[in-house]
Amino acid sequence: MALLEVKGLKVRVEEREILHGLTLTVNEGEIHAIMGPNGSGKSTLSHVIAGKPGYEVTDGEILFRGEDLLDMSPDMRAAKGVFLAFQYPVEIPGVSTMNFLRTALNAQRKARGESEYSTPDFLKKVREVSKSLNIPQDMLKRGVNVGFSGGEKKRNEVLQMALFEPSLCILDEMDSGLDIDALRIAADGVNALHSPKRAMVVITHYQRLLNYIVPDVVHVMSKGRVVKSGGKELALELEASGYTQFEDAA
Amino acid sequence: MNVAVAKTGKGRAVSDLFASAEGRLPGSPAVIAVRREAFETYERLGLPHRRIEEWKYTDLRALVGEVLPLAANPDAAALKRAAEAVKAHAIAGARKLVLVDGVFSADLSDVKALGSEVGFKTLRETLEMDAGLLKTASTDAVIALNAAMATDGVVLSIADGAQLSAPVQIIHVATAASASAFTRSQLRIGKGARATIIESFVAADAKAYQVHDAVLVSIGDNADVALVRLMDDAPDAANITSQFVTVGANTKVNFFNMTSGAAVSRLQGLITLAGEGSELSINGVNLLQKTEHGDTTLVVDHAVPNCISREVFRAVIDDRAHSVFQGRIIVRPDAQKTDGKMMTRALLLSDEAEADNKPELEIFADDVSCGHGATAGALDENLLFYLKARGLPEKQAQALLIQAFVGEAIEQIADDNLREHVIGIAARWLERRQ
Repeated sequence: MALLEVKGLKVRVEEREILHGLTLTVNEGEIHAIMGPNGSGKSTLSHVIAGKPGYEVTDGEILFRGEDLLDMSPDMRAAKGVFLAFQYPVEIPGVSTMNFLRTALNAQRKARGESEYSTPDFLKKVREVSKSLNIPQDMLKRGVNVGFSGGEKKRNEVLQMALFEPSLCILDEMDSGLDIDALRIAADGVNALHSPKRAMVVITHYQRLLNYIVPDVVHVMSKGRVVKSGGKELALELEASGYTQFEDAA
Repeated sequence: MNVAVAKTGKGRAVSDLFASAEGRLPGSPAVIAVRREAFETYERLGLPHRRIEEWKYTDLRALVGEVLPLAANPDAAALKRAAEAVKAHAIAGARKLVLVDGVFSADLSDVKALGSEVGFKTLRETLEMDAGLLKTASTDAVIALNAAMATDGVVLSIADGAQLSAPVQIIHVATAASASAFTRSQLRIGKGARATIIESFVAADAKAYQVHDAVLVSIGDNADVALVRLMDDAPDAANITSQFVTVGANTKVNFFNMTSGAAVSRLQGLITLAGEGSELSINGVNLLQKTEHGDTTLVVDHAVPNCISREVFRAVIDDRAHSVFQGRIIVRPDAQKTDGKMMTRALLLSDEAEADNKPELEIFADDVSCGHGATAGALDENLLFYLKARGLPEKQAQALLIQAFVGEAIEQIADDNLREHVIGIAARWLERRQ
């Protein structure tokens, strides 16, 4: 069974159709890149998979391990193993990163019927994970993303990915706002988390991210549809010729 | 306003109440005469209603209807229940002074532990000598009613230079249903003293009761004082409290007031900055749900130059609850270089929640910096979605953001045990939302 199956997905935002029957299949362990020009619907797809309000699905379905994802609340999707790394992670003043991580992890475990982490066990785990990602402890004491640089915010997303151990990670424009060093650090973190059981969907406008995270499959999106899929060489082709050819195809 | 309104059936009920309570009210015949005069003032005015400007958002005639009869002296069973409540609400390390249904209980209190630097009497004891504590300059009806009916209270006098290592916690416990407790207390804090004084209002299984409290506070020069009020009364209770505070020179005062209970509550305060170079900080938190009505009405009077006042009010309002904040800053003609600011922030958790906000600046000096601001809004949808996308169910995501909103005020409490205690009260309020 595929990990993620998007079938004929049509999505509207305030009367305007953004996705016009999108189909996508992701299997365990695969890395998929979704590329496309601005406004092609890449971020909409990631938001709809994660359950963000404000989108109306008018047709099609999204199955996760065969279960209807669209029937689940966002927190239930997270507990099932769907993780969206946000393009712009929000700042939450007054909620310490540590408290947030523990609350979220235990909420997911509770929803799955697993035992919640005790405080010492949680601290041990978070220390291990943050050490492996070179995340300083004092970052964990600050409010969630408050005063973090762009690179720190993305590393915090990677830290959550490592801690929550999702089976599907969707990285929405992970490279936006990052310089090349910050990008490399974040990409290294993502690569370290890739495993035969965990799939990644990398959404990006630019090819450069794919120098660091090498995809198995590349999809080109244009005007709310996947217009071409291929191997990693497709990304290089796009880099050379641009998206214009596909805009006609759509 | 027409006088006839005050002479309704409700007015009669109060009259009967005073007559039936008179035999139990402490004080010499001279004191009783002062009480009777105060009662006549109250009877003339009746319960405040919306046509009295200071009470326009909190019409007590509509909200509570009538003043309930004086609670009986607590019997052994009531004291036993009160002891349980005290145990549950005592702050670790604090010295407790307990009033049960408006009557001081020595057995439940830590009078001996107060030490030699803290003078203690009950209101009842002072009224054996004179009626001084029943007299205030105010003409407000509920203050007159309190003077007429007050059965007891704590009279604390903290010596000059005293550095209290432990907070003092005055706990008002209600055990009697459908009855009123009337208390009046005085806190005198000497020059150069350092103290934290907390007033807690809690219920011991009591329902539909009323609390009528008044507190007279005077703080000397060069003092450093935290005054905390935690009103966590039963959800169907009413709490009407009046505070009069006078602050000396070069003194720091931090107020923290939290409302997390009672169907109807009003905290009204007059804080006078009477000495130069003092700093006043007031943090208020209203946590309201169901149809609760919580009113905070404060006047900060800058009577002298060079003082700073900061007021920040946060309200979390759910369901059909109603939060009121009226803040007035007065700057007297001599009070140059006054720096007075107030801010109100309302978090509306439902479409039917209501926040009324009335800031007033009365400035008679020309070289001052004063201002007020207000924000009101719902929880940020983007923050909520981020938390939900990380696995937090809706209510839990909301709770975390509400805690953060309230936490900004709570974090300013210096005493660790007290801060934990307040966090616990806020957490229990959040649990009641589920």
